[in-house]
Amino acid sequence: MHVSLFIPCFVDQLTPQVGLAVATVLERLGHTVEFRSAQTCCGQPSFNAGYWDEARGVASRAVEVFAGAEAVVGPSGSCVAMMKVFYPQLLAGTPHETAALDLAARTFEFGEFLVNQLGVTDVGARFPHRVSYHDGCHGLRELRIRDEPRKLLAAVRDLELVECDEPESCCGFGGLFSVKFPMVSTAMAEVKAGSLARTDCDYIVSSDPSCQLQLDGWLSKNGKRPRTIHLAEVLAGEVA
Amino acid sequence: MSSPATTAAAEHPRPGVAKKQFLHDAAEHVRDTGHRDFVRRALGGYYLSRDTQKARFRDWEQARDAASLAKWSAVNRLDELLPEFVANFESGGGRVHWARDAAEARAIILGLLAEADAKAVIKSKCMTSEEIHLNAALEEAGYGVVESDLGEFIQQLRGEPPYHFVFPCMHVRRDEISDLFGKHLGTEPTDSPEELTMIARRHLRRLYVEADVGITGANFLVAETGQISITENEGNARLTVALPRIHIAIAGIEKLVARLDDLAVLLPMLAAAGSGQPMTCYNTLYGGPRQAGECDGPEAMHLVLLDNGRTALLADAEQRDALQCIRCGACLNVCPIFKNVGGFTYGTTYQGPIGSVITPHLRGLAEWNHLSGASSLCGACTDACPVRIDIHHHLLHNRRNAARTAPSRLERLGQRAFAFVARRPWLFAAGGWLFRKTLPLAKTLRPPPLSAWLATRDLPAAPRQSFRSAWRRRSR
Amino acid sequence: MNSRPQEANEAAGQAILARVREALRLPAPPPHIRSQTPTAGPAAHPGLAILPAEASRPWLPDGGDSPAESLGIFTENLATLRAECVRVADMNAAAAWLAGQARQRGWQRVAFHDDPLIASVVEVLPCDRYRVDSPGESCDKTMLEACDAGVSGCECLIAQTGSILVSSNQGGRGLSILPHVHVVLARVDQIVPMLSDALAVVRQQHQGRLPSMLSFITGPSRTGDIERILVLGAHGPKELLVILVG
Ligand code: SF4
Repeated sequence: MHVSLFIPCFVDQLTPQVGLAVATVLERLGHTVEFRSAQTCCGQPSFNAGYWDEARGVASRAVEVFAGAEAVVGPSGSCVAMMKVFYPQLLAGTPHETAALDLAARTFEFGEFLVNQLGVTDVGARFPHRVSYHDGCHGLRELRIRDEPRKLLAAVRDLELVECDEPESCCGFGGLFSVKFPMVSTAMAEVKAGSLARTDCDYIVSSDPSCQLQLDGWLSKNGKRPRTIHLAEVLAGEVA
Repeated sequence: MSSPATTAAAEHPRPGVAKKQFLHDAAEHVRDTGHRDFVRRALGGYYLSRDTQKARFRDWEQARDAASLAKWSAVNRLDELLPEFVANFESGGGRVHWARDAAEARAIILGLLAEADAKAVIKSKCMTSEEIHLNAALEEAGYGVVESDLGEFIQQLRGEPPYHFVFPCMHVRRDEISDLFGKHLGTEPTDSPEELTMIARRHLRRLYVEADVGITGANFLVAETGQISITENEGNARLTVALPRIHIAIAGIEKLVARLDDLAVLLPMLAAAGSGQPMTCYNTLYGGPRQAGECDGPEAMHLVLLDNGRTALLADAEQRDALQCIRCGACLNVCPIFKNVGGFTYGTTYQGPIGSVITPHLRGLAEWNHLSGASSLCGACTDACPVRIDIHHHLLHNRRNAARTAPSRLERLGQRAFAFVARRPWLFAAGGWLFRKTLPLAKTLRPPPLSAWLATRDLPAAPRQSFRSAWRRRSR
Repeated sequence: MNSRPQEANEAAGQAILARVREALRLPAPPPHIRSQTPTAGPAAHPGLAILPAEASRPWLPDGGDSPAESLGIFTENLATLRAECVRVADMNAAAAWLAGQARQRGWQRVAFHDDPLIASVVEVLPCDRYRVDSPGESCDKTMLEACDAGVSGCECLIAQTGSILVSSNQGGRGLSILPHVHVVLARVDQIVPMLSDALAVVRQQHQGRLPSMLSFITGPSRTGDIERILVLGAHGPKELLVILVG
């Protein structure tokens, strides 16, 4: 399959290794990967803030950028949910409506793509650590992804997966929410990161770089371990 | 911690006041980690019993569909069902009183009390009465009013509104209740919830017998039979409707269901989602006052049907499903915002996610949109809702409506600039480069909103190159 | 101040109904449901799908497929609800059991309502009796409050939820809620599987006019208002005793 990478803006600027890991895993599985450099942001910051007219401009551009792609795969449940769930609503009644629906059908979150589209659970990786998985809320509730990343992790050699006691709790990031209501956002980080830390894991695995920013930010500020790592990085690591 | 005022004045504050108050109270509440833990612990038992009850359903998700459809079709047929209900209810001997707003509802009830020459009023839990600030009005008019639901009774003694619309005093510790009873009822201190409950039981028993008017809410209005349905655990509503000579019920017009059989789905769903029970202890249908041949019951039954902004919500087709709410409280119980900021911080009659959705419709978007902003949009509420209200997406819709009707100039400017940049890849890449290069400096200067982040969270160092340049290099 | 004149009330009603009609001119988006089960719409709103009432039956908690199964589910539910349930062979045995309870608990007076079966059981109790529904008289609430127990029949029993459906026909509104103990006397064949069956029973039973009160009682009165800790006997009966005859 020929996969077009959908790299969220802050993966582009802050965690480029995650995007590279996605490409590595897909190529290892024998697929070809492209990156359409005309892509920018999915428009979620404007959309979530209520500025739908502004978001619409950004979204219709993204729809055009990915026109004709066989599959669009992104390493963020949140940004993929934006394309898959919200673009069709946002662009309904515009000239981009059909294209948005078409794109939604071809866009996938990374882990979900491996398991449900490619039928792969074992990518041959080894990661000799105890990890806990953090469900990003958009992945969990907008895209209904829960078992897929766990299946992938279960197949990784020497990896021990433990669940925390707040598996469905939000980390509190929420985009602009994190700076508009910083105390609430931080309290939520404390609850979720605290729960994950109590599992005594070496790494928190996540499929959402935005959640990682929040969890790592809080853990680091409070001098606590562990740190997060993206699912793609775990899968792209050492080959067993 | 300040609790929201119990008067109507607090509903329409000056611009920005409600939001400032929210930010202030939230910050204060978040600092009180002991209290946050207490609330979290109190909810622990709820999660367990809710899961047990959900598991007893042979198909919980399908049952949610059924409950949702029952309410959805009722809300969308209110034009037909309201007259049907009223005709059936009045043929059972009750009287309907229409109230367009809170003031009209208060006036109606005061009129009924005067007509009945009432002295003492006993109430069972009723959120619509909180919504119309009834107690303050009754007390001002010189009536003695007693809340009979244990939680509401405690809140009344504390001079506070409910903290949670199903668990009114879940934030209060037993030692505080013991002190409160000692102060107001002169009882000995005790740390037994059982003994505290018995103190209230003994105290209230006499008052049921003495009251001439009982005021209740209603959970459902059944169009087909003209009955109102009241759900409760303690039996206080049963007593309130059995002993006084007048019964006044207050209900929003959205409480309708078409058929009696709809309750066969809705009652177990309400109990499972709301409190983790197979059924709430007492689910009672009242079709009117005492009938000929019955040995007790009130001589008159009145029902105040309240609009108070509900038709405005009804007119918003996109969010109309919010009127399906059966006030089970499940969305509050799973909400990380509620659990961290507490019930009073909202400053609303209806707290939590559903309150954040409907309050802007009931009290004005410009003043109450900040509640929609105070959410990470995690969606836990929507998953918990037994009638499938699209709660967290409606928060987005409120944000959008507010940006349209009352945008903040600065924010709109920022959003426009962002959209301008995001539509131009070269500019976007340049902006990203600038961001990475200036990040170390920004971390020192801490301009807002970065300051809000950095106060409690670190930011990683920016990588040397962006993904797009790394990719270019990799492909070469 | 006096109650509002009828014209003002009608005007308010008309105004609200006008707002409702105006609001509903805009059709709602489809319901957020997952299944595709809705069927025919009502006359006034042909586009509006409505789920037939019986469609939800297989999704709700089970009430049993046979009388024996339903009986099992009912008694199991009662135990979980912390209600007491005894099964006796006939009315004599019921009377003997209840008399034993009355002696053991030292009951002074027991309230009951007019029903041939109940009267026969209450007659042999070793204590005073108060009939709440003497012809032409109202129930004396002070008297009722002072009773140790209220003995009533019921419309039916519901296996699915462990509920007892009583109506104002069984001793009015106070008998099942005011005394500290509520005793329900019922025949085993009064158990129905589901709530919807119970509603069918009362409709059948009271064709034309339903009693002014119908109450599903599910366990003894309870509260969790103090630290979400369960306490029985908040305002209503602390104890619920169910005597199943047959
Ligand atoms: S919105 Fe849903 S979950 Fe929240 S109180 Fe209403 S019915 Fe319950």
